[in-house]
Amino acid sequence: MSEGKLTITVDGVQVEASSGQTVIQACDAAGVYIPRLCHHPRLEPAGHCRICTCKVNGRHVNTCTLPAVHGMVIENDTPELKSDRRTIVEMLFVEGNHFCPSCEKSGDCELQALGYRLDMIAPTLPYLWEQRKLDATHPDIFIDRNRCVLCSRCVRASRTEDGKTIFGFEGRGIHMLLNINTQGRLDETGLAVADMAAHVCPVGSIVVKHTGYRIPEGSRTYDQKPIGSDIEAKRSSPKV
Amino acid sequence: MNEQTPGEYVVGSEIRTNEPVLNKFDPLPANREWVEAVVRDLGSDRSRLLDIVQAVQRQYGWISYEAMVAIAGALGIHAVEVEDTVSFYAFLNRTPKGRFQIRLSKTPVSLMKGAAEVARAFEEATDAPLGGTSQDGFFTLEWTSDIGMADQEPAALINGSVVTALTPEDVPAIIAALRACGSDAASPLFPGREVILPHSQVKPSLVQHGPVLFSGHGACGDGIRAAILISPEAVIQEISKAKLRGRGGAGFPTAMKWKFSRKSISDEHYVVCNADEGEPGTFKDRVLLTEIPDLVFDGMTIAGYALGAKHGLVYLRGEYAYMFGPLQQVLDRRRKSGLLGARICGREGFDFDIRIQLGAGAYICGEESALLNSAEGKRGAPRDRPPFPTERGYLQKPTAIDNVETFACAARILENGATWFAGYGTPESTGTKLLSVSGDCERPGVYEVAYGMTIHGFLDLVGAADAPFVQVSGPSGQSLSAKDFGRSIAFEDLSTGGSMMVFGKDRDVLDVALQFTDFFVDESCGWCAPCRIGTTLLKKQLEKILANRGTLADVSAIYALANTVRRMSRCGLGQTAANPILTTIRNFPELYEARLRTEDFVPRVTLREALAEAVQVQGREPVVEEASA
Repeated sequence: MSEGKLTITVDGVQVEASSGQTVIQACDAAGVYIPRLCHHPRLEPAGHCRICTCKVNGRHVNTCTLPAVHGMVIENDTPELKSDRRTIVEMLFVEGNHFCPSCEKSGDCELQALGYRLDMIAPTLPYLWEQRKLDATHPDIFIDRNRCVLCSRCVRASRTEDGKTIFGFEGRGIHMLLNINTQGRLDETGLAVADMAAHVCPVGSIVVKHTGYRIPEGSRTYDQKPIGSDIEAKRSSPKV
Repeated sequence: MNEQTPGEYVVGSEIRTNEPVLNKFDPLPANREWVEAVVRDLGSDRSRLLDIVQAVQRQYGWISYEAMVAIAGALGIHAVEVEDTVSFYAFLNRTPKGRFQIRLSKTPVSLMKGAAEVARAFEEATDAPLGGTSQDGFFTLEWTSDIGMADQEPAALINGSVVTALTPEDVPAIIAALRACGSDAASPLFPGREVILPHSQVKPSLVQHGPVLFSGHGACGDGIRAAILISPEAVIQEISKAKLRGRGGAGFPTAMKWKFSRKSISDEHYVVCNADEGEPGTFKDRVLLTEIPDLVFDGMTIAGYALGAKHGLVYLRGEYAYMFGPLQQVLDRRRKSGLLGARICGREGFDFDIRIQLGAGAYICGEESALLNSAEGKRGAPRDRPPFPTERGYLQKPTAIDNVETFACAARILENGATWFAGYGTPESTGTKLLSVSGDCERPGVYEVAYGMTIHGFLDLVGAADAPFVQVSGPSGQSLSAKDFGRSIAFEDLSTGGSMMVFGKDRDVLDVALQFTDFFVDESCGWCAPCRIGTTLLKKQLEKILANRGTLADVSAIYALANTVRRMSRCGLGQTAANPILTTIRNFPELYEARLRTEDFVPRVTLREALAEAVQVQGREPVVEEASA
């Protein structure tokens, strides 16, 4: 084994990793898809959604934050984990107001795509019917907090990539909300359409205006192939 | 090290008092220069944000958005970051509150002891509705989670001072005393100020002394003097030989924690004492810090020696703010007698001091990594591990974080030796455990017992021989029925942080489970989805069953949901939040069965409830056809 290289086993498949990689990074590179929502390859991991939780050496651990260690034995695609992940996706659906047919993100939405990938038929959990603040004051970007899944991608992107810190959280627990760096309106914050923070939302919560429906429904990212297909396509020769 | 009490802040080595400059009844947004001075005086240090915002709140009664902007400006950060922290904590106000903020402890035990009646008496006497402020601006009335007074409920915090063992009849006199404090320009009644309220007496609580902690033996500093006779490695070896395990409930071997921290190479190491005793029903750390704080500080100092750490931090829960001043005095005395500061006990190179960080009302901060974030002035969200605190803890430096009781045990081990300590308890659970006992028993309070005691033995001891239900280790622990009373209190069987709530035969077990479930809804930090949403959904599902609208399918559904929350949540809070449901399903299945309907499906709401809003809007009742009724 070369310097800095290590091997982990995911569902019986040997995955090569380099030292310093997280489990999810190693798996992505190797073409093994671990479902995830809050993780973004260009941002520091934050561990909000827990969908990427796997059983690592017999214990449930979040893999977007977990450094790969040589010899780790990981269970990823199991019926129990699939069911737990589906339940989390359902939770996110009932927490907010995700009305796919009227959402312009439909087809490009990672939450919706995960629902399909994890065989979610319809939410079996009771809706919470929260009514949250919308902000359409910005000329180029709007926020609908009813669709926010509190993944913190925009928070992280604004802080580390845009150098602006326009977003943050407010409150705690079930009352937690996405907050902006002003007591007033989004157009007062200095958020620009060129900012990475405007483009990382996995759902239809932060949406860039004037772009809706340019790509017709049916031709969008996850209308073509299930979420995770791009990662799985990297897998050259399945070694099961 | 700074030595401030709430209401005071430090400038260099001088302690200044925040003299009120504004009328408390004007919800003024805060004076920018004043705020900037506070930030400067605390070293313009972002990690002291919790102290900064608490200083602002002590001065103005709340933390306005303007104050947050001023703080952010002075710290060179963004207002959204200050608000991120401020909005997280239950005891930090972002809106103006009454001159006196009355927070009533709401727990199954307080309600059993009449908290609801006391709350009504407060509403009547103050004219403030629960959850609101009185018209005259004098009083804000709120429920709060357990405040560490379970043996003397109903209890309340009034601007941080504690009143205990309340009855509805006591309330008018308390309110009269508060009104007599005056209104304009009078500084708020905060801990440390001399205002005597009726019932502002915390009972000592210690019922049973034991051989290890409350033995009455040993003088202040004995453990430290014994420790410095041997090497730091030998100190850790002694703790290891004593088989000391963490007293907070998780039971991690203390010596291992200390060894890992010591081995982590860094310019600084930290010793952190977890005094965020938030588990409902627990109050033994309050008793330790009131009765024998020196033993706890001895233990921290010994850890400092063992780790090569120069800094200690006590994270004291916001509910215990009234203890802040007295504990500062103890630290001061220890500095004067050479037990803290430079050259401790005359030993060259052994420098160690302790700062107290006051929390602000968040149960999650008892979780060690959330505690560290909170102590760094951030929201109290836990961290993903690895890295563990022993590697990267407080301010990303190697940190040993232990429970109050663990440090006290460590001090006794150094005083009297590992063999002596391991002589108590069981082979796997050495020493004694402090139990915080509350509920339906003759003698509530703190008991020091050797590990290995059965629940039967425990119930006899506290005067509750016929109790059918004991909650071991608080809401995050287990709901036990009589079939388990032969089990023993020990790491190898019933591991507990010490909360023992006893319930008599007339209590509704499932209603208690619902209250515990509700507690986790209030205290979930919200960072991770399964806990944030799952706790609320568990509560809704359990409510449906308790409303006699549940079927067998609902029990299966809640069981599946509970296990998902347990498996997928980020930290111990979410992983144990379903325990009230899971352990009552296991131990009291007949109580669920008795509530179930025989139909395959019963909707969550009735047709009448579903139509209620429409009925109200339209002003007429729906026409009900006889056949479908």
